[in-house]
Amino acid sequence: MSDVPPVGVGAGVDSATPSQGPAGGPGAETSTGIEGRSPWVLAWQRLRHDRVAMISLVVICLIGLVAIIAPLFASVTGHPPNQQYRGPGALSPEGLPAHPSSAFWLGTDDLGRDILVRIAYGSRISLLVGVVATGMTVAIGVVVGLAAGYLGGIVDTVLARLVDVVLSVPFLLVAVALVSITGASLTITILVIGFFSWASVARIVRGQVLSLREREFVEAARSLGASDRRIMFVDVLPNVLAPVIVYATLLIPVVIVVQATLSFLGLGLPPPTADWGGMISESVQYYTVAWWFVFFPGAALLITTLAFNLFGDGVRDAFDPRTDRLIGQK
Amino acid sequence: MSEAMDLPLGDPGGETTHAGTEVLMAARDVRKLFPVAREGLFGQRDYVHAVDGVSLDVRRGETLGLVGETGCGKSTLARCLSRLYELTEGTIEFDGQDITNLSRRRLRPVRREVQMIFQDPYGSLNPRRRVGSIIGDPFVIHGIDSRQDRKRQVQSLMERVGLNPEHYNRFPADFSGGQRQRIGVARALALHPKLVICDEPVSALDVSIQAQILNLLSDLQDDFGLTYVFISHDLSVVRHVSDRVAVMYLGKIMEISASEDLFTTTRHPYTRALLSALPTPDPDEADSRERIVLVGDVPSPVHPPSGCRFHPRCPKARSHCVEAVPPLEQVFDDLPSHRTACFYPLAIGEDLSQSVPQLGAGESEIVSSDGAEES
Ligand SMILES: Nc1ncnc2c1ncn2[C@@H]1O[C@H](COP(=O)(O)OP(=O)(O)O)[C@@H](O)[C@H]1O
Ligand code: SF4
Ligand SMILES: [Mg+2]
Repeated sequence: MSDVPPVGVGAGVDSATPSQGPAGGPGAETSTGIEGRSPWVLAWQRLRHDRVAMISLVVICLIGLVAIIAPLFASVTGHPPNQQYRGPGALSPEGLPAHPSSAFWLGTDDLGRDILVRIAYGSRISLLVGVVATGMTVAIGVVVGLAAGYLGGIVDTVLARLVDVVLSVPFLLVAVALVSITGASLTITILVIGFFSWASVARIVRGQVLSLREREFVEAARSLGASDRRIMFVDVLPNVLAPVIVYATLLIPVVIVVQATLSFLGLGLPPPTADWGGMISESVQYYTVAWWFVFFPGAALLITTLAFNLFGDGVRDAFDPRTDRLIGQK
Repeated sequence: MSEAMDLPLGDPGGETTHAGTEVLMAARDVRKLFPVAREGLFGQRDYVHAVDGVSLDVRRGETLGLVGETGCGKSTLARCLSRLYELTEGTIEFDGQDITNLSRRRLRPVRREVQMIFQDPYGSLNPRRRVGSIIGDPFVIHGIDSRQDRKRQVQSLMERVGLNPEHYNRFPADFSGGQRQRIGVARALALHPKLVICDEPVSALDVSIQAQILNLLSDLQDDFGLTYVFISHDLSVVRHVSDRVAVMYLGKIMEISASEDLFTTTRHPYTRALLSALPTPDPDEADSRERIVLVGDVPSPVHPPSGCRFHPRCPKARSHCVEAVPPLEQVFDDLPSHRTACFYPLAIGEDLSQSVPQLGAGESEIVSSDGAEES
């Protein structure tokens, strides 16, 4: 290959000798810093300017703090979460829940337990299930979606069928059946929720991977001799992470509500464990006489899910400011 | 339909100036068909005949240009040569080894030796990964060098291709098109391959940037002793960089020869048509030169024309062209390295713009009118 004269019309275009010296040539710099700003950093910078999302994040952090320091609530008030109190202030003379008072700041429930302390302890269950079940869901869904989308062929056919089956199973029916066999527990709750949620993550990931695997950078990796596993996790995965993270932040509140629903239906945690769904369930007979019994656990649930939802919306906008409402159909 | 494509391996007759004659890669009768959606319940399965019987030798140290209109199968051939695609038919030998059916594992050492540079400087770099790690990929994949060494290696590569090594931690989005193509070049050259297949490496770039990248490729070829297969739809680019040029049309090689030869002794009507469409710097020459405007569109590669694929658009087409496939062979008294797939190749000085297709005409009269011109 001899030295190359100017190609086409442009005259004297090879006068710049870009092969010498760093960053020569007219290919102008498009950003200034030495360190490239990663898409994550850019998304975070956008998120930081989203006021609603940042308030939501603060609220989420506060709820997390409450969950961590729940025992402090018990020691400050002197009321362990499952301790039943009798007598004036704890239960009315008729044996009904007692008003909020200086002793019981948010009142008591039908068994004379401190609602404030129980809400604090209940936040542990909600957050734990929300985060762990979502994490499990995402992990399974990502691996299945990557494998189905990238490997294709028979793997894809089998996994796609599996996804269809899981998505068509009536969730509550199976949950009821399962819990009645195994008995209610935290593990079962998490497993049941995780098992029924991974399929939609797998679907999202598979769709993305199908188009990503046709991209030239995947071909470039293959031509370098990269293994399928390396391509899936090093080249493809980082490109599906953004929608997965958005989906996950929006999935957490859904999982929290589902967990509360299971408890409400008596499929959650066995009593006397404090959890929001169970508390709301117990309060149902008393809402005419003790508004605080249903109001405070309900408010806790509402604030938590609202905060996660608003934060999730912010995350979505931060990752892709142009497309809104594409993901998060759940 | 294996028409006279069985050239012996190591075919002699390379007389180009600074390229060797030793064959580095040999493709024989390579075919790649892509299935298209089935028509109707009992419809026959149709195939895109993307590459349909290509035999080529790539000689050590040379730049073999591959030129043809968009959609003629250049990229598919490139991906067959680099074994990104499984061949439908045919064989590929690299450095004396048949690599047609090598397993993934056995192919790995070959992948070190055969690299690709892609057309799209945006699509071929992972947008979510830092440039340093992209260029370092070959080292990681082939388990070469420690982490410390790697960074040094990558930065010296970046410097060599004209990038600022301090931009090691940037993302592809932080670079311009030309700079991105340099990143692709650095990645391809990281392990000092023997053969680099450049699939339209400058087609997506501004004209002013094209020459820089071409110069870079040329410098690197000298430094590293590289062999290039250089693909472009632009004959003017191919002309300047190639020692030999192969002209492709609808999945087949129409003409192949030493670069100068192809332009001075054009034999194939299709090559002539491509050449006549080139802009020339000299307005007088442009005026006097024949312009051959091809009639019709490129036919679909799903049902390629019978006989010579070029016959529906060829000014010299005769009835024989419809019936038989012209072999790629030496015509007139051309050098053995100059092969043409045409029954009625152009004589020197022949004015193609005067020709009219005579698809009904008998063969004998044509042969007499043609054969008299050059002897
Ligand atoms: N993966 C594929 N599946 C089906 N058809 C394809 C595929 N890749 C290329 N083709 C078809 O094969 C023909 C040759 O394409 P390509 O090799 O990309 O041509 P070029 O690089 O010369 O522009 C085109 O008609 C194209 O539509
Ligand atoms: S003259 Fe016949 S064989 Fe030659 S290019 Fe034209 S159609 Fe093909
Ligand atoms: Mg192409």
